[in-house]
Amino acid sequence: MSGGMEQQRRVMTGGRRGPIRDAVFFLVLGGLSSCFVLLIVLLLAADLSFTTSAAFAAALRKPEIQAAFRLTMLTCTLAAVLSVWVATPLGYLLSRFRFPGSRIVDVIVDIPIVLPPLVLGLSLLILFHQPFPLTQFFGGGGAGANSAGLDKSTGRPAGWILENWMEDSLGIPVTYRWPAVVLAQFAVSCAFAVRTMRVTFDQINPRAEDVARTLGCTRGQAFLQVALPQAWRGILTAGTISWARALGEFGPILVFAGATRFRTEVLSTSVFLELSVGQLDAAVAVSLMMVLMAVAVLLFLRWLGAGMST
Amino acid sequence: MIELADVSVRSGDYLLEGISFQVQAGAYAVLMGRTGIGKTTLLEAICGLRRVLRGRVLLGGVDVTVWSPADRRIGYMPQDLALFPTMTVQQHLEFAQRLQGASQAAMAACVRELAELLEIGHLLQRGVRGLSGGEAQRVALGRALAARPALLLLDEPISALDAETRQSARLMLKNLNRQTGVTVLHVTHDREDAELLGDVCLQLERASSGRVQAACAGGAA
Repeated sequence: MSGGMEQQRRVMTGGRRGPIRDAVFFLVLGGLSSCFVLLIVLLLAADLSFTTSAAFAAALRKPEIQAAFRLTMLTCTLAAVLSVWVATPLGYLLSRFRFPGSRIVDVIVDIPIVLPPLVLGLSLLILFHQPFPLTQFFGGGGAGANSAGLDKSTGRPAGWILENWMEDSLGIPVTYRWPAVVLAQFAVSCAFAVRTMRVTFDQINPRAEDVARTLGCTRGQAFLQVALPQAWRGILTAGTISWARALGEFGPILVFAGATRFRTEVLSTSVFLELSVGQLDAAVAVSLMMVLMAVAVLLFLRWLGAGMST
Repeated sequence: MIELADVSVRSGDYLLEGISFQVQAGAYAVLMGRTGIGKTTLLEAICGLRRVLRGRVLLGGVDVTVWSPADRRIGYMPQDLALFPTMTVQQHLEFAQRLQGASQAAMAACVRELAELLEIGHLLQRGVRGLSGGEAQRVALGRALAARPALLLLDEPISALDAETRQSARLMLKNLNRQTGVTVLHVTHDREDAELLGDVCLQLERASSGRVQAACAGGAA
């Protein structure tokens, strides 16, 4: 048999086998993919079947749940606004400039994403209550430290402590109060916002800012007048992702802000509190409410994504 | 007049060393050289977007080597044009004037003049996304000219255009040079561009020593 005929035979055989091979491929692909999709659908179905609409409505009428909902909306929004406020310049900096230590900054920004949530909460607690190194030896207005390391006049730990400064100088106590909720949410959600903004600015042509500078712009004007208007969808996306991330935050809030009813309770801690007192109906109702909020955010992100691609 | 005196510029691992040339005021100079030799890097150094390691850049006899791009009065049109996607054509033409604090009347007059010169009056209210290659190029030129530059740097301005548009673009560039009197430094690797447009032709080439040098390849530099 000549080489040409052999090749033709192979092509023809392959042609007959093609649909069967494709079917096997799609079967494996569909089988593996559906595992995860099925898991999510089953989880939601289980939640829905566990409760009734009457129990759901009753749980949502509880004053503590309503207070938690209001606090959640407030803290998530504050955390998202703060995240975008910080992430926009930081994302731009990381996208446009190489400076000594830029790689280290890049890694540091990602730490909250990979850090176990409880560790982040614990770290915040230590940051706000540990005297800053060496500050016990430099003034501070106290009468000096005793052998136990406490200030002789106030009985507090000697040295400069962030929580004391926030409370005494700014009148804003943080730990176990609602600002701690915002800070715990911000610490995580900002990392996601920075990633989003960096990718956004990576996709914007830096040469347009260069041209703007030759036309008379300072670097700041080029950023504000040329780069920032192009980044508006990225800013919206970063804000939405931050908001959604803040909504789901639990570990750092529990450690740093606690879960005190009508004070620091947000929806994620409501689920925990309701579970801990055996109120499964209420826990499931709050969970479903959070699912609805998450779906709304996802739909908004999809809409933004569709706008970007067109 | 633009003068480069022993200029050295780095672009990544690549070093342009000891580049020297002069172009008289009002002349149309064409800078040629093979792809990757550093033509764009040199333009960026001239307009202040890239730091000059050694040597001097003089514009009209004034040493502008350490001046910021905003202070040099050099118009720059990059190869990809880098139009502002969120602005209309009119806003492009007004951009530099607005930065200079021009009055509404002065800005309107400038837009009218440039729109007429570049034949883009019918595009003023349009965004830049749907413009053809030739239209986008004229908008980029108008944006650069609105700043009333003493020198216009064009980085391969017509290489992306089709043959027919290219011919009319050449004509437009030459007329622009004659009518406005702006000094032009046009980077290209197309010999035809150099022959048809250049009063002066400069060649960036690698010498036997490995250094990249600018040599006068025609005209009076």
